Amino acid sequence: MPATESQGLRAWLMSDAPASAWQARAQRIYLSWRVFARNPIAMTGLFIVGGLIVMAILAPWITHSSGLDPVLDERLQPWSAQHWLGTDELGRDIYDRIVWGSRITLYIVALVGIIVVPLGLLIGTLAGYMGGVVDNVLMRITDIFLAFPRLILALAFVATLGRGLENAILAIALTTWSPYARIARAEALTIRNSEFILAARVAGASTLGILLRHVVPLCASSVIVRLTLDMAGIILTAAGLGFLGLGAQPPTPEWGAMISSGRQFLLDQWWVPTVPGIAIFIVSLGFNLLGDGLRDVLDPKREGG
Amino acid sequence: MIRVDNLNIHFGQGARAFAAARDISFFVESGESFGLVGESGSGKTTVLRALAGLLDGVARVSGDMVVAGERLERRRSKSFRRQVQMVFQDPYGSLHPRHTVDQILSEPARIHRMDDIQGRVLTALEEVGLDRSFRFRFPHQISGGQRQRVAVARALITQPRIILLDEPTSALDVSVQAEVLNLLVRLRRERGLTYILVSHNLAVVSHMCNRLAVMQQGRILETLEVARLRDGTPDQAYTRALLLASQGYDRAAADSVDLLDRP
Amino acid sequence: MASSDRLLQVHNLSVSFDTPRGEVNAVRGISFDLGREKLGIVGESGSGKSQTGRAILGLTGPGSRVTADRLEFDGINLLNADQATLRRVRGARISMIMQDPKFSLNPVMSVGRQIEEAYLVHTRANRREARERTLSMLASVQIRNPERVYDAYPHEVSGGMGQRVMIAMMMIPEPDIIIADEPTSALDVTVQLQVLAILDDMVSRRGMGLMFISHDLNLVASFCDRVLVMYAGRVVEVCEASQLHHAQHPYTRGLIGCLPSVSHPHEVLAVLDRDPEWATAPSAADP
Repeated sequence: MPATESQGLRAWLMSDAPASAWQARAQRIYLSWRVFARNPIAMTGLFIVGGLIVMAILAPWITHSSGLDPVLDERLQPWSAQHWLGTDELGRDIYDRIVWGSRITLYIVALVGIIVVPLGLLIGTLAGYMGGVVDNVLMRITDIFLAFPRLILALAFVATLGRGLENAILAIALTTWSPYARIARAEALTIRNSEFILAARVAGASTLGILLRHVVPLCASSVIVRLTLDMAGIILTAAGLGFLGLGAQPPTPEWGAMISSGRQFLLDQWWVPTVPGIAIFIVSLGFNLLGDGLRDVLDPKREGG
Repeated sequence: MIRVDNLNIHFGQGARAFAAARDISFFVESGESFGLVGESGSGKTTVLRALAGLLDGVARVSGDMVVAGERLERRRSKSFRRQVQMVFQDPYGSLHPRHTVDQILSEPARIHRMDDIQGRVLTALEEVGLDRSFRFRFPHQISGGQRQRVAVARALITQPRIILLDEPTSALDVSVQAEVLNLLVRLRRERGLTYILVSHNLAVVSHMCNRLAVMQQGRILETLEVARLRDGTPDQAYTRALLLASQGYDRAAADSVDLLDRP
Repeated sequence: MASSDRLLQVHNLSVSFDTPRGEVNAVRGISFDLGREKLGIVGESGSGKSQTGRAILGLTGPGSRVTADRLEFDGINLLNADQATLRRVRGARISMIMQDPKFSLNPVMSVGRQIEEAYLVHTRANRREARERTLSMLASVQIRNPERVYDAYPHEVSGGMGQRVMIAMMMIPEPDIIIADEPTSALDVTVQLQVLAILDDMVSRRGMGLMFISHDLNLVASFCDRVLVMYAGRVVEVCEASQLHHAQHPYTRGLIGCLPSVSHPHEVLAVLDRDPEWATAPSAADP
C-alpha cells in the first residue's frame, strides 16, 4: 500500500524522536528541502541547473553529431526541423554544440568549486580561528589577490601558464578564492567565541579537531552559498576568456568561444552568437536563483526547520 | 582540591591594558561547592575561565593555580581536561547547532579515547533525566532546560571530579531553574563532585554552595560562609546591599543603596 | 474602580501568529482593566506576557493577528483606530520601555537629542524649551550631571544610566500609560533597585498607569499594586501584589515554591508539576 507507506515515511521524517543518527540526518535534509521547495524562485534555479546536468549526461543520446566536424555545404543555416537552432560558420549544428558545451560549462564550474571551496575554507577558518599573526599574514595574502580585477588577473595567469581550458580554470580558481577566505574568516571569528567552542576546548579538543569538526562545517554553508551565487560570474569569466581566445581552443564547443567566433555574423546570421549567449544567460541565472534559495536553507543562523 | 593564589588577569596591551582580576586568592575543599558572586564586570566569569584555561592567547594570566595537586601550566594537561569540566550560561550557545545530542555527548569521550562510548552516552542521558528519545535530536528540537541538561551530561561524560558552573541557570525560567539546580545538587551528592558556581543571584548561590566569595571590580571583597549570608551579617556593606537588593523591591532600601552614577 | 479611573480596558484579547508550522496562539482571550496603578504581568517565557503589552500598542509585528471584543483607551478603540490616531496615542499617551536600552537608543545620536526629539514630536515646543525640559527630565531620573549626559552617546553610558535615559525619554511627553517590558532584567540588582525607585516615584507622582511585565515574582510582588499571572496565553490568577505569596492557583504557588531563597533554605527545591488543565481553563476574570 503506497499511501500508508508514504505516510510512514513522512512520519519517520517528521518524528520528534529520531532513533538513529541516520534518521536525524535524513530529517534535517528533509526539513531543509521543505523550506527550499516552498520557494518557487529557488525551484526554478534548481530546475535550470538540474536541466543542465541532465543535458550534459544525456549529450550522446540527444544529439546527432559531435558538433566538432565541419559540414561546409550547410554553413550558416537558419532554424529548421533538421537544425533546431541553425548552424554556424562551419556548418556545425548549434544545438549539438550547445548540448556538448554544457559538459564544458559543468566541468569549469565543478573544477573551480573543487579548488576554491577547500582553499578558501582552509585559509579563512585558520585565519579567523587562530587570530593574531596567522590571521594577519593570511589576510594580507588574501588582500593581494583581492586587489586585482578578476578577469585581468586571470588574463595574466593564462598568459603565463599558456592558453587552454585547464589553465583558464586554474586561473579563474586562483583569482576567485580570496572572497571565500574572507567570508570563512568572518564566520570563524563569530564562531570562535561561541560557548560550544569553549566547551570543546574544556573537553580537551585539539585546535585541529575544533577547526575540522566545529568551525569548518559551520563556515562551509556560507561559502557554498556564495559559490553558487558566484557561479554566474565564473561562467562569464570562463566565457570571457574563451571569447578572448585564451580559454577553450577551437573546435571545442565552449559557449564563450562560440560567441567569439560567431560575432562577425551578428548582423546577418544573428543566431550564431546569440544562441550561446542565451545559454550562458540562462545557466548563470539558474545558478543565481539556486544560490538565493540555498542561502535561505543553509543559513546557520536559521533555527529550527 | 582547588587553590588559587594571587591571580591577576589583564586584557589588552600597554596603555589600554585593563585588569579584569586583581590579587584573587581562594581555595575550595574536595567535595565542596564554592560560589563566586558579583555583578556584571566584577570579573567572576573571567576568573572561572582562567581556571579552565580558556584565556590562553586572550589575556595575560599570572599567579598560582593548583588543581587536584597539579600546578597548572599554560597548557593544561590531558588529565586536567578529563577531571575538570564546565557548564556554560547560555543553553542556546553552548551546544553545536548542527550536532545531534549523541554527537555532542560522545565528543569528550572520543577525545579522551574512552571505551564504550555509546554506553557512556546513554548513562549520561539517564543521569540527567533525559530518556533515550533525546539521543538523536538536534539542539533546536529541545527546550532550554533540556539543553542545559545535555550540557550537564556532556560535562559528566569524562567522569570529572570538578565542574565549573558559569551562571548555569540564569537564562532559564524559574521552574526550569529549580529542576536544573536539583539535578546539580543530586549529582554532587552522588558523585562527590566539587563545584565552583559563578552567579549574580545570591539565592541560587546560597542554595547551592557552602562558602562564597563576593567580587567587585576585579577584586574579592570578602569570602564567607553561606550561613553568614542567611543571618544577614556579612562584613562588607556591598554584600549587604546585594543581599537587600536581591530580596525584591523596597523603596527605603533603594535610598539606602547609594551606588548611582557608577562608572 | 470608578470608570473614570480606567485608563485602559481590555476585553477578550487574543494574539496569534502565522508560522510555517501553523497558527500559534500567544495570547488567548484575556481581559483586564488598567487604572492609575502599577499592574504587574508575570509569567514564564512563552506565557504571552510580552505580546499582551505589544498588542496594546499594535507592535506585535508582521504575521500577527490581534483580536479583542474591546481594547479601549480613553474612548479610543485601539483596534480599529486609523494610523494617524494611533501615532498620536503611541509615545505621547502610551509609551513603552524595553528590556535593553542598548537596542532602543539610536547609537549615532546624542542621548539628549533623542529625548528632545521625543518631546518635539508630540508638542509644539521650540528647541530651547525642549532642551530645558530634557535637562530637567534627566535630573528627575536622578542623573546628577544632566549637561554631561545630554551630550553623551548611548555607548558612553552604563546599562543603568541607559535605562534611566529611556525612562526620561518615555516620560517626557507625560503619557497616561507606561508599558515596561522587563525594564530591569538586563541590570545588576543594585542598579535595578534604583531604576525601579525612579519609575515608582514618577508613576505615583504623575498618577500614571504602569504595566510592568516581568518574569520575576518577588520583584512584581514587592513593586506592583496588582498582579496578573499568565500561563500559556491566559490569565490564571489576578490578585493584590501583597497577597501574591498567598496565591490560590497551583501554578502561582508552584512558581513561588520553586524559587531558591537565601533566608529559607531547602535541600531540594519544589518542582512545578504542570497540569494540562491550566492551559485550557478559562482566563481568570478581572475582579
